[in-house]
Amino acid sequence: MIQHLASLPILIPMLTGVILLMPPCGKNLYIRRVMSVIMAVITVLISAGLLVYVNDTTPLVYAIGDWSAPFGIVLVADRLATLLVLLTSLLGAVVVLYSCAGDDKKGSFFHPLVHFLILGVNGAFLTGDVFNLFVFFEVLLIASYSLLMHAGDKHNTRAALQYVILNLIGSSVFLIALGVLYGVLGTLNIADLAQKVPLLTGDDVYLAKIGGLLLIVVFALKGALLPLHLWLPNTYASALPVVAALFAIMTKVGVYAMLRVYTVIFGDNAGELAHMAQPWLWGLALATIVMGAIGVLASQDFRKLVANLVIVSVGTLVALVALQNVAATAALLYYLVHSTIVCAALFLLADLVALQRGKVADRLVAGRAVAQPFLLGISFVIAALTVVGMPPLSGFVGKIWILKSTLDSEKAMLFWPIYLLASLAVLVAISRAGTSLFWDHKHKDSDAIKGVNAHPLKVIALMTLLICSPLMVIFAGPVSEFMLATSEQLFDINSGINDVLHGGQ
Amino acid sequence: MEVLYASCVGVLVACGIYLILRARTFPVVLGLTMLSYAVNLFLFSSGRLTINKAAVLGSGSEYADPLPQALVLTAIVIGFAMTAFVVILSIRGRADLGNDHVDGHLVKSSKEQK
Repeated sequence: MIQHLASLPILIPMLTGVILLMPPCGKNLYIRRVMSVIMAVITVLISAGLLVYVNDTTPLVYAIGDWSAPFGIVLVADRLATLLVLLTSLLGAVVVLYSCAGDDKKGSFFHPLVHFLILGVNGAFLTGDVFNLFVFFEVLLIASYSLLMHAGDKHNTRAALQYVILNLIGSSVFLIALGVLYGVLGTLNIADLAQKVPLLTGDDVYLAKIGGLLLIVVFALKGALLPLHLWLPNTYASALPVVAALFAIMTKVGVYAMLRVYTVIFGDNAGELAHMAQPWLWGLALATIVMGAIGVLASQDFRKLVANLVIVSVGTLVALVALQNVAATAALLYYLVHSTIVCAALFLLADLVALQRGKVADRLVAGRAVAQPFLLGISFVIAALTVVGMPPLSGFVGKIWILKSTLDSEKAMLFWPIYLLASLAVLVAISRAGTSLFWDHKHKDSDAIKGVNAHPLKVIALMTLLICSPLMVIFAGPVSEFMLATSEQLFDINSGINDVLHGGQ
Repeated sequence: MEVLYASCVGVLVACGIYLILRARTFPVVLGLTMLSYAVNLFLFSSGRLTINKAAVLGSGSEYADPLPQALVLTAIVIGFAMTAFVVILSIRGRADLGNDHVDGHLVKSSKEQK
C-alpha cells in the first residue's frame, strides 16, 4: 500500500487541476480559491510525508501499472527526488496563497494551470525514465506557456512567443538525443541506461556520446545556461511576478536533470564515457556566472535584476554538478533549496514594492516612497542578506559550504575568484537597488500613496518564504546531514540500479 | 532503404532549420513542424529499419521493436498540441504587436523609427 505514496505528488495536483475546472469551482471564485489552497497544502503534506518515509528506508520504486522496470515506466522516489518534490509543492502552495489576493482574477484558469505546472515539475523529479522525463517536461512547459500569458500585455506576447519557439526547438533536440540513446542502448530507463553504458564498444560509444552531449543542449536551455540563457531575463521580467516566483523552480528542473543524467548514467561507472560532460558543463557554468553577474549590475528594474540572479545561481549550481563528487553535490543541494526560495521571495517582494510605488513601479529610479517602509524594508533586508550570502542567514551557510567543498579540487583556482567576484557584484547591485527603491524620493510626487497596503495573504505568503532562510540556518545540522545522505545515495549508483531493476534484492 | 530514409530525415531537418531562422512567425512555425516530422521519422528509425517482421506475438524469434512506435505516437501527440499552441500564439502576436516578426517591436516604436 505504502508504495502508492510515490505517485501521489503527481496524482493530487492532476486531480486538483481537473476538479478546479469543474463546477462549483469553475464558476465560484471563492470556492475555487479555498479548494486550490487546501489541495496545495495537501500536496505539501503528502510530499513531506514521502520525504520522511524515504529518508528512513531505501528509495521507493513505483512501477506504473505494475509493469516492472525496464519494460514499464517507474517512478523513483529517492531522497533527491522527494526533496525537490517537497520544495516544488511548498513553492506552489505559497504562490497559490499569494495569488488569492487578486492576481488570479486577472486572467482565466490561473489555479488549474498552477496545479498542472506542479504536476509537471513533480513528475519530472520523480520519474525514472528519460522518455517520461520528456513527457513531464512538456506538461510543465505547456502549463508555463499559458501562465506566462496570464494577465499579459503586448510585451508579454513577444516574450512568450520567443520562449515557446525556443522550447519547441529544445523538445525536438531532446527527442533526437533520446532516439540516439535508444538506438544504441535499447532502453530509456535511467537505471538500465546506467547499467548498459559501460558495456558499449566500438562506434556505439561515440553514438552514445553524441546522444549524451545533445542532452546538455536541452538541459542547458531549460536551466538557462550560457549561451542558451538569453530567453530568461525577458521571460521572467515580463511574466506576472507571482508566476515568475513559481518559475524559479523551473530552471532547477534543468539542473536536476543534468545532475541525474551526468552522475548516474555518464558518471563514475560509465567506462569510456565517464564524466564526458564535465568539461563542457564546467566552462559553460563559469561563463554563466560571469554573464549573470554582469546582467545583475546592468539591470534597470528590480524584476530583471532578480531574473539575472537566477542566472547566477544556475551557473553556480551547474559548476557544482560538473565537479561530480559527494561533498560538492551536498553543497549544491543546500544551495539549490536556498536559492529557489530566495529568488521566489524576491519576485514576490518586487511585486509588492512595485504596487506601492505607483507609476515608476520596480524601475530602479527615484520615485514615490512605499506605503509600508517598515514591513517591506525588513523583508528586503532579509532577502538581500540571504541572496548575497551574508551571515547569519542561509546564503552564508550555502556559500561557505560551496567554497569548502571546492577547496580541495584544483579547480578552486578558477572557481573561487569568479564566484566571489560575482557575489560582490550581487552585493553592489542589491544595495544599489535597495537604496533607490526605498530611500530615493527626489521624484516630483514623492509622498506614499494612501491605501495601497499589501494584502495580508500576500504578506503571509512572502513571510513563509522568508522564514525558510533562518530555519535553514537554525536547523543547519540536520539539514546538512540530510543533504550529505542524499548526495551519497545519488552517487551510490550500483545500489540505485539494484533498487530500481531488482527491487532492492 | 537506409540511404533514402536518412536523406529524408536530413532534408527535413535542413529545411526546418532554415525556416526556423527566418524572421517572421509563419515560416518559423512551418520550420518547427518540419523539424518535428524529421524527429518523428528519426525516432521511428531508432528501433532499426526492418521489413517483413512481425509485431511481438507468440514466440516468434524475429520481431519489430514496438517501443519506438509508442515513442513516436507520444511525440506526435505532444508535437501536435504544441504546434497548435504556437500557431494561436503567433496569431495573437500578429494582433498585439501589429507585425509578424518573431523579434517584433510594438507598432508605436516602429513608427517612431520611420
